[in-house]
Amino acid sequence: MDEIKSQQVTFKLFRFNQETDYLPYYNTYVLDITHEEVILDVLNRIKWDHDGSLSYRRSCRHGICGICSIKVNGKAILACKSRLFDLIEVFGTELTIEPLSTKRALKDLIIDKEDFWNKHEQVTPFLVSDIDENPTLETLVVPHDAEKLLEADYCIQCGACHYSCPALEINDRFIGPAAFAAAFRFAADVRDDASLERLHVVNEEAEGVWDCVKCMECAEACPKDVNPIEKITKLHNMIFQAGIAKDNVATRHAVGFAHSIQKHGLLDEGELVRYSEGNIGVLKHMPEAFEMWKNGKIVMPWNMPKSKNLDEVKKLMKSSSTVKF
Amino acid sequence: MEKFRYALYTGCTARESTPELLKSTLAIADKLGIELVLLDEASCCGASHLQDYDDMLSLVLNARNICYAEKLGLTMVTICNTCQLNTAMTKHRLDTNPELKAKVNEKLAEVGLEYKGTSEVTHFLYAIIQDYGLENLSKKVSVPLSKFNIAPFYGCHNIRPSELQNLSNGGENPYNPTSLDDLIIACGGNNVDYDAKNKCCGFHAELQSPRTAAVLTGNALSGAIDANADWMVTPCPLCHLKLDVQHHSASKAIGREVKLPVLHMPQMVGLALGCTPAELGLQHHVTKVNFV
Ligand code: SF4
Ligand code: SF4
Ligand code: SF4
Ligand code: FES
Repeated sequence: MDEIKSQQVTFKLFRFNQETDYLPYYNTYVLDITHEEVILDVLNRIKWDHDGSLSYRRSCRHGICGICSIKVNGKAILACKSRLFDLIEVFGTELTIEPLSTKRALKDLIIDKEDFWNKHEQVTPFLVSDIDENPTLETLVVPHDAEKLLEADYCIQCGACHYSCPALEINDRFIGPAAFAAAFRFAADVRDDASLERLHVVNEEAEGVWDCVKCMECAEACPKDVNPIEKITKLHNMIFQAGIAKDNVATRHAVGFAHSIQKHGLLDEGELVRYSEGNIGVLKHMPEAFEMWKNGKIVMPWNMPKSKNLDEVKKLMKSSSTVKF
Repeated sequence: MEKFRYALYTGCTARESTPELLKSTLAIADKLGIELVLLDEASCCGASHLQDYDDMLSLVLNARNICYAEKLGLTMVTICNTCQLNTAMTKHRLDTNPELKAKVNEKLAEVGLEYKGTSEVTHFLYAIIQDYGLENLSKKVSVPLSKFNIAPFYGCHNIRPSELQNLSNGGENPYNPTSLDDLIIACGGNNVDYDAKNKCCGFHAELQSPRTAAVLTGNALSGAIDANADWMVTPCPLCHLKLDVQHHSASKAIGREVKLPVLHMPQMVGLALGCTPAELGLQHHVTKVNFV
């Protein structure tokens, strides 16, 4: 057996009681930790040996119930799954333990997750299917069809991605990565009858997939490798494939790339903004465009560079395009 | 010293709205004795928006770009985070899925090309650090940037998702990235630490979600200002456009005047190597670079 290594670590622990505290504060503990401990072990030790009033959530202890998610130095983790030695490798020996969302803290590491569940509800996170109540056979899903879910069904609703998403932090109407992953999970299920309705929900402006900033924080945060941004991209694709993409700035922004590549191989940046915003909408960008033009940052249409062997690009555009707008 | 040679995928931005990026990239390559072969055949990477529209089409076009680096037998270097993400993502998906690769190659065969998977794809920042080496770089520094506090702005698509970046960008940890900090130090500058350094600038939602995008830009600029930075540096021209050009909307969105010069990664290196402002295209910036 490996020798048990131990190390001294300073923990800064977020404390707050919504009922009695005006502001949160931090308690500091210096503990000797060993190689194999996870963050939940540390929380237990602090609660049992130092301060019984410390509050946090845990249940399965096996990374499956999703209740113990918190943040360590800003990184969302499952307390029961994250090994201290791995965290020390990234952040050193001073670790700050906080709830997933400090502004939603109820007591210490426990947060009010109501917004998370509301967003889930919005996408109808269950199978909608007209099934025989007394079936004689199972509803079989062949492996090829099961693979279409792309691991989206591994989600344990821990909220790590949701509370790491900057788009959601700023725009609270945004549905967010976890609920999008759930929307995809059911929309991609061959047994489901509500796919189109779900696609309409995630297609809404301000709420839907179009407002994602593509920061990849959700993919990084997920302890189950659900990769929500991959599912968000799939939802974009499904919206176009289903022919329900609305004619708006967001969709034209995506389609505009294809137009530009067809013509130049490269992106015509100015034309993309004009095409996306429309001839009137584009006017609001004029002050910046003028600043850019003054500093030699605008290429005029007649000077647009083109890819060499452009005929190849054109040929491939024709043969490889799979959708129309 | 070993002579490094790469195929340079410029992306569209460096040929249009950030000409200073291409200029400074070529300038420092010249100073360091790195040979860059321009991939003039390459098309746009789709910037993750073509990917939203048509996945197959974007795979085929990106694979075609990589083919041209493979033909030269060279590693492809990118100078834009989003180009890096989309190109490396294409490579990763094709290299791990023979069926998909065969499908893409069926299309490429129409134009006499074949994607093999023989060329690596890496951002120029990591090529400098891993191949050229920071020690060798600091030996070439003639104008150390010691009087400057420099705030690194990493840009999402060079550091996330780490699964992908581990293969192409040297396994940087997205929660505590160090490459740009190390580069600043190698150039003799003082690296500044602030929360937003590994966060998003909002670029990709600028048209459809302007407020979200402007707040994110504002957070980045204000974070760097509060940490006492004299200027920022970024390896991503899209981040650069956002931070350099959009400070008005950013200031408005966060209710505070935020404005700071922002340099492209090769411009910073160029200053330390003694390049002139004109060689680095500093005159192209909207937020004027007033310290050289
Ligand atoms: S990629 Fe999109 S959904 Fe995921 S965290 Fe970023 S903004 Fe949110
Ligand atoms: S997608 Fe991943 S991070 Fe998000 S709630 Fe589900 S398990 Fe948690
Ligand atoms: S920081 Fe912004 S512009 Fe840069 S890669 Fe990320 S999303 Fe794109
Ligand atoms: S306690 Fe259940 S996931 Fe951690």
